[in-house]
Amino acid sequence: MRVANWAQAPLTRDEPSPVASPPTVLTEPVKTALPTPAALVTPTVNRFRTWLAQQWLPMLLGVVSIGAVLTAWHLATLYKLDLYIRFNNIPTPAAVFDKLIEVNQSPQFLTNIGISVRRILLGFFGAAASGICLGLLIGRYRIFRMLSLPALEVFRPIPAIAWVPMSIMLWPDNEVSIVFITFIGAFFPILLNTIHGVEAIDPVLLRAARCLGCPERKMLWQIMLPAALPHIFTGLAVGMGVAWVSLIAAEMISGQFGIGYFTWEAYSLISYAEIALGMITIGVLGLLCSGGIRLAARLVMPWRTATSQGGA
Amino acid sequence: MTHSQASQGHIDVRDLGIRFPTRGGSMEAVQSVSLHVKPGEFVSLIGPSGCGKSTLLNAVAGFITPTSGTMTVDDQGISGPGPDRGVVFQQYSLFPWMTVRKNVEFGLKMHGMQRAERERQARTLLGLAGLLSFENHYPDQLSGGMKQRVGIVRALATSPQVLLMDEPFGALDAQTRVVMQEILTNMWQRLRISVLFITHDIDEAIFLSDRIYVMTARPGRIKAEIAVPLPRPRTPEMMASTAFITLVQQVRALIREESLASMKGELKEGGLVGLSTDLGPKGVAHVV
Repeated sequence: MRVANWAQAPLTRDEPSPVASPPTVLTEPVKTALPTPAALVTPTVNRFRTWLAQQWLPMLLGVVSIGAVLTAWHLATLYKLDLYIRFNNIPTPAAVFDKLIEVNQSPQFLTNIGISVRRILLGFFGAAASGICLGLLIGRYRIFRMLSLPALEVFRPIPAIAWVPMSIMLWPDNEVSIVFITFIGAFFPILLNTIHGVEAIDPVLLRAARCLGCPERKMLWQIMLPAALPHIFTGLAVGMGVAWVSLIAAEMISGQFGIGYFTWEAYSLISYAEIALGMITIGVLGLLCSGGIRLAARLVMPWRTATSQGGA
Repeated sequence: MTHSQASQGHIDVRDLGIRFPTRGGSMEAVQSVSLHVKPGEFVSLIGPSGCGKSTLLNAVAGFITPTSGTMTVDDQGISGPGPDRGVVFQQYSLFPWMTVRKNVEFGLKMHGMQRAERERQARTLLGLAGLLSFENHYPDQLSGGMKQRVGIVRALATSPQVLLMDEPFGALDAQTRVVMQEILTNMWQRLRISVLFITHDIDEAIFLSDRIYVMTARPGRIKAEIAVPLPRPRTPEMMASTAFITLVQQVRALIREESLASMKGELKEGGLVGLSTDLGPKGVAHVV
């Protein structure tokens, strides 16, 4: 191949020139003009120390933030505040904590959590797979867009909760219909963000890929998908939030088992501490899920974190 | 290995016309342009902004289908982008999700080269361009000049017959730009690949080129063809020579004429008072 010739090719000259510079200066001037960004080559230990130095304040403020809520809650329930908003029947934080220990004496509570998490994962990953694939195709091919978007636009404004009755009729068993409702909730944010991500791709990247011999069939996987990833992850984060909203609603309305069902049942049985416990559990699960997506984003898009560190 | 590069890479453009559809009909971007680049020759295309020089390059690259005329590279008609023509864009166009080395490997990968082999070649090329220590960096971690060097290396990796460069240094600051010109002329001196180079920088065009085509304001036509008789290899010191300065003045006069022509419609009459659009007896004919 000619590539090797670059190294071997002699320096051809039309005429000897008195001011000719030797060919070895090929790169040297740039080294002086463009110094290595020092921030990029910091050793790992130092990086950890810097990270800790940067993180202690956010961590402290985080503790203060959650502590303030707990204290306010504790005081409000301790004095049974009644200022239009009433705390008479609200359990104290301590009562909720006791309830947490109590419910964990039987496996039922953890089973409820496990069932909800399974529903979320099935619905969410189904939505992610179909939303991303469909989004890439719609974003890339006009014919695909014109064919599928009108139908999708009709379904999009229907909230996932409104699907509950229809879903129960559609699917053979309750479990599938709840997963389906979770899927519907996550699907549209993921789809729309993927389409937007494909549309936002700099056309010069597509041209560059074509010049370098990338055939159309490899374009989706090699170029469109990685280029759209930042937008796709925005869609995944939003989709995960909506998936939880939809799941809890579905579990409350039609469910058996699951953390939404647990919370609603507690209301029916007038078990105040369990209501609060259910809510907090939902909050923590949602937090873990969005944390998982942020972690996945860092792993899947290493160039994003590399850049932000370099720029800091 | 034989040094047969110089026998390949002949660009021939004849009577090329490019029209774009507009709301009210069509706009003529390029009008009956004929030009050629001989194997191993460095040719620049220079003209006022909006004259259609990038459009012309995009047609040769295969992104735009011309309305009339013919284009060939080594007697092969152009019908879309192809690996025989490497393209370097002004906006770098590196894939941000790939490391520097993966960017360079991409073309080789598309041609079905095995991983170990393409890795070896990419490292060789990056080493020659002085970029090997940055092989695992992502493009956004690099300066503009380095990005563009990676862009050039990536375009060269698949051994194209010709290199098409669309204002590759247009986004760089003046100092980096000068260094990049030196690097490019050095690289080209070794490779002797045919280059079609688009620029609006007169010094840049003269410093790098064997020949320069000056284009008119829209619709773009070839206004003049100027040979650059400066010896090679080119060095920055030559930019102070009388021969260089004379060439700069010639090209500047040609371009000024066209810039004024294209701005005439935009300026009020008073705006042009004192600006001479008339080159007198030393008009275009004198230069050509």
